[in-house]
Amino acid sequence: MKYAAKKFCTLIITLFIVSLLAFLAFQVIPGDPTTDMLGTEATAEARAELRAELGLDRPVLVRYFDWLFSFVTGDMGTSYSYRMPVSDMLADKLPITFLLTIMSFLFTVVLSIPLGILAGSTRSKALDVIITAFDQLVMSVPAFFIGIVACFVFGNIFALFVPGNFVSYTVSWSKCLGYLVLPALSIAIPRIAMTVKMLRSSVLSQMEQDYVRTAHSRGNRRSSILVRHVLKNALIPVITFLAVSAAEIMTGSIIIEQVFTIPGISRLLIASIANRDFPVVQAIVVILAAWIVIVNFVADLLYQFADPRIRLR
Amino acid sequence: MKKSRNLFLYIGGAITIIMTAMIVLGYFWTPYSPTEMNGSAKFQPPSLAHLLGTDNFGRDIFSRVIEGAGTTFFIAVCVVFIGCVVGIVIGSLCGYYGGLPDLILTRVCDSITAFPSFLLALVIVSVAGSGTYNIILALGILFIPSFARIVRGEFARCRDLNYIKSAKLMGAGGFRIMFKHILPNTFPVLFSAITIGFNNAVLSEASMSFLGIGIQPPDASLGSMLSDSQNYLRSAPWYAIGTGLVIALLILGFSLLGEGLQREDRRG
Repeated sequence: MKYAAKKFCTLIITLFIVSLLAFLAFQVIPGDPTTDMLGTEATAEARAELRAELGLDRPVLVRYFDWLFSFVTGDMGTSYSYRMPVSDMLADKLPITFLLTIMSFLFTVVLSIPLGILAGSTRSKALDVIITAFDQLVMSVPAFFIGIVACFVFGNIFALFVPGNFVSYTVSWSKCLGYLVLPALSIAIPRIAMTVKMLRSSVLSQMEQDYVRTAHSRGNRRSSILVRHVLKNALIPVITFLAVSAAEIMTGSIIIEQVFTIPGISRLLIASIANRDFPVVQAIVVILAAWIVIVNFVADLLYQFADPRIRLR
Repeated sequence: MKKSRNLFLYIGGAITIIMTAMIVLGYFWTPYSPTEMNGSAKFQPPSLAHLLGTDNFGRDIFSRVIEGAGTTFFIAVCVVFIGCVVGIVIGSLCGYYGGLPDLILTRVCDSITAFPSFLLALVIVSVAGSGTYNIILALGILFIPSFARIVRGEFARCRDLNYIKSAKLMGAGGFRIMFKHILPNTFPVLFSAITIGFNNAVLSEASMSFLGIGIQPPDASLGSMLSDSQNYLRSAPWYAIGTGLVIALLILGFSLLGEGLQREDRRG
């Protein structure tokens, strides 16, 4: 429990630092958002007025705490380009991105663990070579290319779905999830390959340990040693790796959303970067960063749960 | 162990050499002009005249892919160069001298590497603007920590070994020890880090250009071409497939090479 409490404190501090950095990053921008909004012809008075309206005339630290406080309470500021609350703009897009991320993560976990154990424990040389070679091959294909090929094969050749014809979960859950299967798999496939590679070497190194030989000499069957002893130890390093994957999947889904034209945060993020609409970019970056930090926190807890030897240090 | 050949190294090396040769050749000569339009040869499927077919303007995709790969390759090389050189300097100073600066820099590097470089690059590009050199700078900065960390670890490990002690006794100065005696020992680890870094750089650049916040037209990179080709997936699927395969081959070559080097290293 003490471990969890300590990790929780670290989580809060990290979130604080991340938000401060995300805030400061957008303060050093060359140029003035009021020039972008009003054009270069605008008078100094009009600009000053707009600056006051946007709250840009106050000291940086005051603005930071102000922004942080309203951010936590759900007010993420106003978009420069749309003059609309950022939280409203994100409300219907964020859940879709999260849904895609979570689905993809589940695919990664569910598919990579059995495959990794198979690759690590098989005694067939041929199967091992095939899995290793295939792994290396799949790892090299970027997720968005897998997505494009999936669009072409399943959308154009087999006509199983219409790329771009996304149905929101508010209309039909089953259709929405059905549409997300291919994008989620596209993100997951390279990740699965990496996890399999990692789990394979982890299982292999555990199989050489003394305790496995002991269990073997006491007459346990290979499969039961694998499930009851090896697996538990082999999965420990994989937990950390999967936490990193969860973060990468999040950024991966930004790209895949463009491939499958899914109305998540991706398009908004890119449009906002192009239009220099900083409150929107800032909000999205902070949310994504918070997600990554929280996933790492959960991984730390799981890690300790899986391996009680890890204590406070 | 001599019996089992290191296939990873051979195949990876072969792919990398062929791709690099094509890219370098592409800086001087391509079968067709990558920008020349030919109205009578639109959307031609792959043939002997056009190895990867032609696109919506009748441009030869093979020539364009080589040119695009050249841009991507150039960016990746610059990014790895920045990351590697600055990483070596920071890592070796931190690892050799230790102390408070080491502690602080290690912490900073750890927290940067905890985040996907792609997300951080997005922030930098959104602040600094897009364009080839901003991307190189953004990705280059983000690649420093991973190199610094590796070099630091190796330096901290070697610092107290006997041969360094004797070098010190013989009166060698700090810089001489760091760069003449310790640095060559980090090369095996560094090489595989470079191959991994190169792949990440190719992937990050391709992703960013794919999203339209990387290389801006008229410059072409593999990412922006892939994003272009998506519009013609129905009429010219070879456009997307050819471009994507080149990205995959580029990454595959280097990842096999890296894997091979690692195995070679483990073998001793």
